[in-house]
Amino acid sequence: MSDCHDGCNGSRREFLSGTLKLAGGAVVTVIGGAALASSGSAAGTGAPLPGGGDYDWNEHLWAYLVDTTKCIGCGSCARACKAENDVPEGFFRTWIERYVVGMDDSHVDSPNGGMDGFPPVQVGFVATKAFFVPKICNHCRATPCTQVCPVGASYRTKDGAVLVDIDSCIGCGYCVQACPYGSRFIHPATHTASKCTWCYHRITKGLKPACVTVCPTQARQFGDLKKDGDPVRAVVEHDRIQILQGHLLTEPQCYYTHLDKEVR
Amino acid sequence: MPEITGFSFPNDIHVTWSLMIVMYPYITGFVAGSFIVTSLYHLFDRQEFKPVARLAMATSFAFLLVASLPLQLHLGQPQRGPFVIITPNFTSAMAGFGILYSFYLLVLVLELWFVWRQEIIDRARRSRGMVRAFYAALALGTYDTSPEAIEIDHKAIKILAGIGLPAACMLHGYVGFIFGAIKANPWWSTPLMPVIFLLSAAVSGIALLILIYQLFARIDRRPVVATCVSALASWLWFFLILTITLEELELIVMAYEKSESWLIISELLTTRLSFSYVTMQMIVGGLIPFILLAVVVLMNRYLHERVRNTLATIAAFLTLIQVFSMRWNIVIGGQLLSKSLRGLRSPYEPEIFGREGVLMAIALFVAPFVILWIFDRVLGIEEPEGAGGHGSPPAGQASAGTPAVTHVP
Repeated sequence: MSDCHDGCNGSRREFLSGTLKLAGGAVVTVIGGAALASSGSAAGTGAPLPGGGDYDWNEHLWAYLVDTTKCIGCGSCARACKAENDVPEGFFRTWIERYVVGMDDSHVDSPNGGMDGFPPVQVGFVATKAFFVPKICNHCRATPCTQVCPVGASYRTKDGAVLVDIDSCIGCGYCVQACPYGSRFIHPATHTASKCTWCYHRITKGLKPACVTVCPTQARQFGDLKKDGDPVRAVVEHDRIQILQGHLLTEPQCYYTHLDKEVR
Repeated sequence: MPEITGFSFPNDIHVTWSLMIVMYPYITGFVAGSFIVTSLYHLFDRQEFKPVARLAMATSFAFLLVASLPLQLHLGQPQRGPFVIITPNFTSAMAGFGILYSFYLLVLVLELWFVWRQEIIDRARRSRGMVRAFYAALALGTYDTSPEAIEIDHKAIKILAGIGLPAACMLHGYVGFIFGAIKANPWWSTPLMPVIFLLSAAVSGIALLILIYQLFARIDRRPVVATCVSALASWLWFFLILTITLEELELIVMAYEKSESWLIISELLTTRLSFSYVTMQMIVGGLIPFILLAVVVLMNRYLHERVRNTLATIAAFLTLIQVFSMRWNIVIGGQLLSKSLRGLRSPYEPEIFGREGVLMAIALFVAPFVILWIFDRVLGIEEPEGAGGHGSPPAGQASAGTPAVTHVP
């Protein structure tokens, strides 16, 4: 049903297809969530889900937090994402950008999305600072990608994830054009839109997205804005935070701390 | 792998909207542009367009029939194309396509029927057997050609033209809106986009009619009506001036504002699009036809008919290139530019074969002419000898309702 199934284990897929038998993404959005809430433990293998098996998307509002000062550009996140979600070669659900900045000039690169780390770089100006910026779908609240989808295959779940129903996506590519962050692509095998799902198959079972799990420096964090005491919520609530391309008013749910003006 | 200058977001190096998305506005442009010409006669009684009024309407119809094909060919999941109509998401600009397309098709088919009704009846009366049954079915069983019925036809044509003109403009202006409403892409995002698309549609429609009117006249060994060609040339000049003015205005505002995106857009235009934008869209397709048409319009009375026709034909051909270049530069150009506003990818080269290839694009352009040929065989595009104009006012109102025949729009 949803794009998260690219990397979902069988249980949820079987559960959804078996119990719902629905086609429309919007319908899945509404009814699927309710059905999951009422009978989640009946899923697949019968084993209890890590999240307790009673996932209710009304109880969560997910958010992503990046502290750019902590990122070391190791590329583990991008590799983990690729492995977890079977991301095709040449396309990225997440990537890391390297910024080398001087007083008069700047250099940005992301060789193979940072998957293999970053080789040394020579720049033709006096570099005064350098840093890495992990990028991911911003799961915007007012996202243009779902707005422009002509069939409603792209949608935002109640817990704040922006997903694609690959069974109803027509592959027009309008969402790819509408995303200001370059987060979407047309999957070369399915010919439908594909993007980061925050590892929806994991987070609905109480796990973190793969990229967050493997990050050795906790540059990437994932949290729940509806949960008291959540560290991500605490930062969003009390610290100075930034978002990417705020002027476009897409209301990203991916927040940054210590972002530089060079980053777009 | 495409080469990148500067820094592109890694997913931005793929050109998602291919040659087919260039063909889509190009083809719908002919739909709207031809309809504008036919409306000048049927709605605004510009008698100088009478010789091309029926041809223009048939051209609009022929191109409309293939207008949705490039979209269909482009879809990653073509079998789900009808979802846009069955389960539309109305916040999407694209979801309006089915409604606008169907509505315009309905209006156009109705108008075609009223314009060609006498012809259909004549053919039904002249023929026998299956052919007769075919035309009788087309005539919808009514053989009434009394003056009262013809009068009603005229009124219906006028009303339908009145509905059809905004519908055609919507159909094409909406294509511009699809691009103009993408805030993520500074090369597309401007409210001018629908207007530019619409004006260039008028340019392409008129230019195409100048070409096929003369071509069909030559094939049928009919004389070309000089006032018609010079009127078409005048309107082509008028719309070309408007189009290029707005296309440049958009850039001038961007440059003068020193907007955030100007740096990368100016680099895009002067490097990746230097041939297709500067050379083709602005000089070969813009400046040269502007000069040629200026000669046709301003020195009309001094020109020998053959010179006028030749100049108008060359100008029309070049403006067709201008409009294609404009579509290309918008659709493809907008994707060479990364949303990082820091990088450009190497120029896109469409595949030759394949669903979205060059041969398919050529086939899509040729298909409407095949449809026109079939249309001509079935209904006859050229008005029969001695028949009154379908859109001309009824006798007695002619002098009052018809403006003086003039070349200047």
